[in-house]
Amino acid sequence: MLILNRRRLLSGTALVLFTASSAPSRAGTIAGALPWAPGAAAPPRPVVPGPWHFFTPAEGRTVEAIVDRIIPPDPDGPGARDAGCAVFIDRQLAGPFGRAEGLYDHGPFVTGTKQQGPQSRLDPATQYRGALRAIDAYSAQHHDGRPFVDLAAADQDAVIGAIEDGSLPIEDVVTKDFWTMLLKNTRQGFFADPVYGGNRDMAAWKWIGFPGARYDYSDWIDRHNEPYPHAPIGIAEAPLWRPAASK
Amino acid sequence: MRKLPHKDVAIIGLGWTGSIMAHGLSEAGLDVIAFERGPWRDTAQDFPPTYAPDEYRYRVRHELFLRPAQMTFTFRNNPSQTALPIRDWGAFMLGNGVGGGGLHWNAEMWRFEPSQFMLKTHLTERYGAKFIPAGMTIQDWGVTYDELEPHYDRFEYLCGTAGTAGNLRGAIQPGGNPFEGPRSRPYPTPAQKQPFNATLFAKAAREMGHQPFPQPSGNMSQPYTNPLGVTLGPCTFCGYCEWFGCGNYSKASPQTTILPVLVKQPGFTARDNCEVLRIVLDAGGKRATGVVFVDTDGEEWEQPADLVLCCAFTPFNVQLLMLSGVGEIYDPAAKRGNVGRNFTHQTVSTATAFFDPATHRFNPFVASGAIGMCIDDFNGDNFDHGPLGFVGGGYMGQVQTNGRPIETTPVPAGTPTWGAKWKAAVKQNYNSSVYSGSGVHGSFYSYDDVFLDLDPTYKDRFGRPLMRMTIDFHENEHKMSAFLTDRYAEILRAMGATRVDKLPRTGHYDVTDYQTSHLCGGAVMGAEPSTSVVNRYQQSWDVPNLFVIGASSFPQNAGYNPTTTVGALTYWTLDAIVNQYLKAPGPLVQA
Repeated sequence: MLILNRRRLLSGTALVLFTASSAPSRAGTIAGALPWAPGAAAPPRPVVPGPWHFFTPAEGRTVEAIVDRIIPPDPDGPGARDAGCAVFIDRQLAGPFGRAEGLYDHGPFVTGTKQQGPQSRLDPATQYRGALRAIDAYSAQHHDGRPFVDLAAADQDAVIGAIEDGSLPIEDVVTKDFWTMLLKNTRQGFFADPVYGGNRDMAAWKWIGFPGARYDYSDWIDRHNEPYPHAPIGIAEAPLWRPAASK
Repeated sequence: MRKLPHKDVAIIGLGWTGSIMAHGLSEAGLDVIAFERGPWRDTAQDFPPTYAPDEYRYRVRHELFLRPAQMTFTFRNNPSQTALPIRDWGAFMLGNGVGGGGLHWNAEMWRFEPSQFMLKTHLTERYGAKFIPAGMTIQDWGVTYDELEPHYDRFEYLCGTAGTAGNLRGAIQPGGNPFEGPRSRPYPTPAQKQPFNATLFAKAAREMGHQPFPQPSGNMSQPYTNPLGVTLGPCTFCGYCEWFGCGNYSKASPQTTILPVLVKQPGFTARDNCEVLRIVLDAGGKRATGVVFVDTDGEEWEQPADLVLCCAFTPFNVQLLMLSGVGEIYDPAAKRGNVGRNFTHQTVSTATAFFDPATHRFNPFVASGAIGMCIDDFNGDNFDHGPLGFVGGGYMGQVQTNGRPIETTPVPAGTPTWGAKWKAAVKQNYNSSVYSGSGVHGSFYSYDDVFLDLDPTYKDRFGRPLMRMTIDFHENEHKMSAFLTDRYAEILRAMGATRVDKLPRTGHYDVTDYQTSHLCGGAVMGAEPSTSVVNRYQQSWDVPNLFVIGASSFPQNAGYNPTTTVGALTYWTLDAIVNQYLKAPGPLVQA
């Protein structure tokens, strides 16, 4: 008979270790057999559509407008707004990412070289809040007092260009570092599994021909230079699982 | 602090090296305890096929990795700068949890070239001592390829490595790597099947006079039962390999090759989520008496042991020595000390090739972690460096591991990073371009101004100094990268690309720019205690009942992925402990 001894060293909660989405792990002892416990797996928790979790309604509209210029709609594929990128970013900022959970946060905070990487004392959620305020202030200053959402597309692009080149000032934030984060987050929302709130209906995957979470191409490794025929599937969805009307 | 009952062996870290040592020593009848800073990990709980293919969770949000809040480093390019903390990972990734780096690796399973182990001697004999650049501190390993060969073989057979032999006992074999050292028998399993891009690369390289062969792979080409009786299943080319755990039991890892047997050994115990803070030395500082670790409640415990094995990842082995007062920390100005000296990484470069979408569909999502066709014509000293004015080299190949779109949507250089033009370029090129992140796997030789020591300012969560990395590229590596990347780009053009964008390694080492996770050195092995931390058996010169095992022993890094050499060195050391040390505990080499 196998002996399973996964004993806790002590009880208490003095130190929590970090994982992205699993429950915090605690010290244990393993001997005799591989540890196994029912229900220990930690699948991702799907984002539920609905009100903003982090953004104010006005901030949410601004982010939708910004991401839709970064990845604009075209006849071939959706833009970032319709793909749900703002929802994705909202839910990320409301969670561990927004709080910079797991990152090194000891001071002193000193601006270094580009090679040394971002050194901001502000977490991503705080950076976004300040940046959205700064973007509207910059828009108003350059475009007759109008906020970003009310600008024409070309003017919106000019404001985004000012974030990209660092000329749009954001208090206590290195604008170019914020731009790097914003661009990454937008693309992540566009291309991540739909379970995180973006890439709605796997639209971005269909658009480029990425089959998503399929896990077995052993019948395809030898088929060189042929179009892959199967539609994408996600962790929690596949076209076949839906009622016919919404396919 | 409470003291736990005595053990024969305390192992720090339960990745590849810790698992192999724990298995071998518990099999030899010893009581072994292994400490792992992270959690126990297994397939069903941590990366089952139902949700393993999640680019955002595992690749972007680093599910399986150490968090910088747990431990990080400070970084600077040179001693004149003030080092700043690495607040989020970039240039390399640190594994966390049982399995360590062996869980999230690609499983690219290379042996180092025989001349690598005699690098300084070899280059001096062929080119003269003056050919080696000033400040370069390469040295011989103190162990030879021939001595390691049986141990390379043992690790490959543990892992079920898929490949085509190039040199069987001195006889060059068709279809394999003609530059490899002699191997005593073929790979345990045949090479993996290859996708379109790799096949085109091999054809173009062959027509140019190079000698292509399949990359040796720890992703299974067929079911395989290893000598311990553990079975792996065939790889399904899912395209979620490196940065991920394998849900199919198809990638060699401690979980899929050794842990199921190790955990049943009567003398073996593991403690997970327990971080070793230091090695305890006796009053004279010449003998380790055990380790101190902290559990998740912040409680510190002492574990007495007769033999202590540092089996953590490279920089953490070095850090444990520094924080425990084993040996002298390297000081480049005073030219003293060896702990932290000869720290190295990798000089990775690549080129992206774009093809006509009407004629080329690569399906980049059909891939394994160690897929690809490679050439070794420009690695090590396989080519004449005399007219080129640099030393070192690297393998190169079409080794594209994925079409995961957050990471892999290549567009031609000069394309805007956003807006309609970016979007159109993504669509145009997604399925008709090839991008191998580490297409050119260049060496990183050691220098007197690339090293590890302790930071004077920044502290870890226990209040101890962070380790400081001082690292930059040198002219030799820039020259090498330019030359290798040019050769690589020539092959991509010959594949029929309409456009090739070269990405040689230029400028300063950038801690935000991912290369590989192949950190090496800092506690290097050698024949002399004056230039090494451990002897040829990875045994501490200063504390003979302490062994420091892993890529921390590499005196410099070759143009290959390091893990197979780490595995070989681990079996080599295991053999020395079981057959020599246990019979007469003490120094295995007299200083």
